[in-house]
Amino acid sequence: MLTLVGIVIVVIGFVLRINPLLVVTVAGLATGIAGGLDPLAVVAAFGKAFITSRYVAIVWLVLPVIGLLEHAGLKERARAVVAGLRAATTSRVLLVYFTIRQITAALGLTSLGGHAQMVRPLIAPMAEGAAENQYGELPEKVRHKIRAHAAAVDNIALFFGEDIFIAIGSILLIRGFLEQNGIRVEPTQLAIWAIPTAICAFVIHCTRLFLLDRSLRAELSRETDEA
Amino acid sequence: MITLEHIYWLAGLMMAGVAIVNARDASNPRRFNNTAFWGTYSLTFLAGSYLPDIVNGFLVIGMVLVASIRGLGQGKKESATREERETSARRWGNKLFIPALTIPLVTVLGTFIFKKITINGSPIVDLKQVTVISLAVATLIALGVGIAMLRPPLLAPIKEARRLLDAVGWAAVLPQMLAALGALFAIAGVGNVVSGLAARWIPLDNAFVVVVTYAVGMAIFTMIMGNAFAAFPVMTAGIGLPLIVHRFGGDPTIMAAIGMLSGFCGTLMTPMAANFNIVPTALLELPDENAVIKVQIPTALILLAANILLMNFLVFRH
Repeated sequence: MLTLVGIVIVVIGFVLRINPLLVVTVAGLATGIAGGLDPLAVVAAFGKAFITSRYVAIVWLVLPVIGLLEHAGLKERARAVVAGLRAATTSRVLLVYFTIRQITAALGLTSLGGHAQMVRPLIAPMAEGAAENQYGELPEKVRHKIRAHAAAVDNIALFFGEDIFIAIGSILLIRGFLEQNGIRVEPTQLAIWAIPTAICAFVIHCTRLFLLDRSLRAELSRETDEA
Repeated sequence: MITLEHIYWLAGLMMAGVAIVNARDASNPRRFNNTAFWGTYSLTFLAGSYLPDIVNGFLVIGMVLVASIRGLGQGKKESATREERETSARRWGNKLFIPALTIPLVTVLGTFIFKKITINGSPIVDLKQVTVISLAVATLIALGVGIAMLRPPLLAPIKEARRLLDAVGWAAVLPQMLAALGALFAIAGVGNVVSGLAARWIPLDNAFVVVVTYAVGMAIFTMIMGNAFAAFPVMTAGIGLPLIVHRFGGDPTIMAAIGMLSGFCGTLMTPMAANFNIVPTALLELPDENAVIKVQIPTALILLAANILLMNFLVFRH
């Protein structure tokens, strides 16, 4: 039971909004010590795990070029392109991106997206630009809401698209684990049984995106009434 | 052969550049904290593979202390005014998209092409890491295209990288920290304790209850660990295989496929999945670090319910 102390620390830390880096470090050290390791061994295990997972930080290599392009007006251009399309609304921009992202992820093209490469410089400004087209200058709160939706679209379309591709990590993990337990399954079968959930995800989230325009309109007309 | 190690050198150099630019920026009141933070991070990329684990551990703790005790600062925000950027956007037009779209396109092409290129029979890149290496190569090519097109001052790319990285701040390191936490959870056997508790407290003699326990357990355990991959072996060994498959005769393929996707519903709802949920709030400059999670929760809960129903109908069907 004592080994669960890390989970408790994480929950308390996030609730109290203490710096997450500190919370996670303390939780990790406490878990290791509760699990019977000596403190120096815990620090070493922590260091080793941090070093072996450096690959998750490689995405930051996109920052020099994205920063350069932003300085040259990339976001403003993305907004202007959408402003030229009279049919573009926030919902429609996000629906199109959701569809493309989910289909390409299902084909194994998971890197055709991402928060640093696509959402910040292109998708979020386009979704904001579409709303500006309709309603003019947006209040900060609405801007933030649209951006959060843009990030969510990238995640949801990716998660529930990629499992249809047979060579993705999660399918390989499932296959390896079941094989250790004496059950042989085919990757194609696993991929096929990911399709019903993928369809549900598409229907559920696209319905919510479809309703987003309406909620933005309500929110913005309320703002103008108050003003 | 290009391996991950070479890419880490590149990342280390970039972080070192960010640290140096920070040190010289008097507009940031905490510039030396930033320098210490990114400088240490740079060291973990450049030398991490060669240093003893314990030294790496203390480097990480040092970064955490710098970030949490006195905190990181930011220099003055934008490098160009909105008017300047709009003028530039009009000048360049849609050409601005070329370098931006080079990144995903070259990454995807790279994953196919690098597998085919060999020198003296050995592959040109480490095939196990082909996606990450392709991404790194793609960013270099995109940067080359961007520089050729825009002809910025020599140091502009690293200054811009500094601006964006400082906007993200310590959140840039959080995904790695959480991966380290997951490793310690695994060493200490946290998973077995949790699935043991679930097995003891939940009535597991009804097939539907078992399906609900497995799917919801996947989601909750993924929320705790921040990663469905960590939850899957624990929940499947603890509940899925012994109960759904062996006792009630469920189909293991369908159970595993939908079980993993139930875990992904959990990923959408947890700050522990920092690279998906917390990093984008920093990147998009949202004041509420849970903003993305809040948007995702309704979809995640409805989809989790859909998964439970799907599994219940499909897994016992044959």
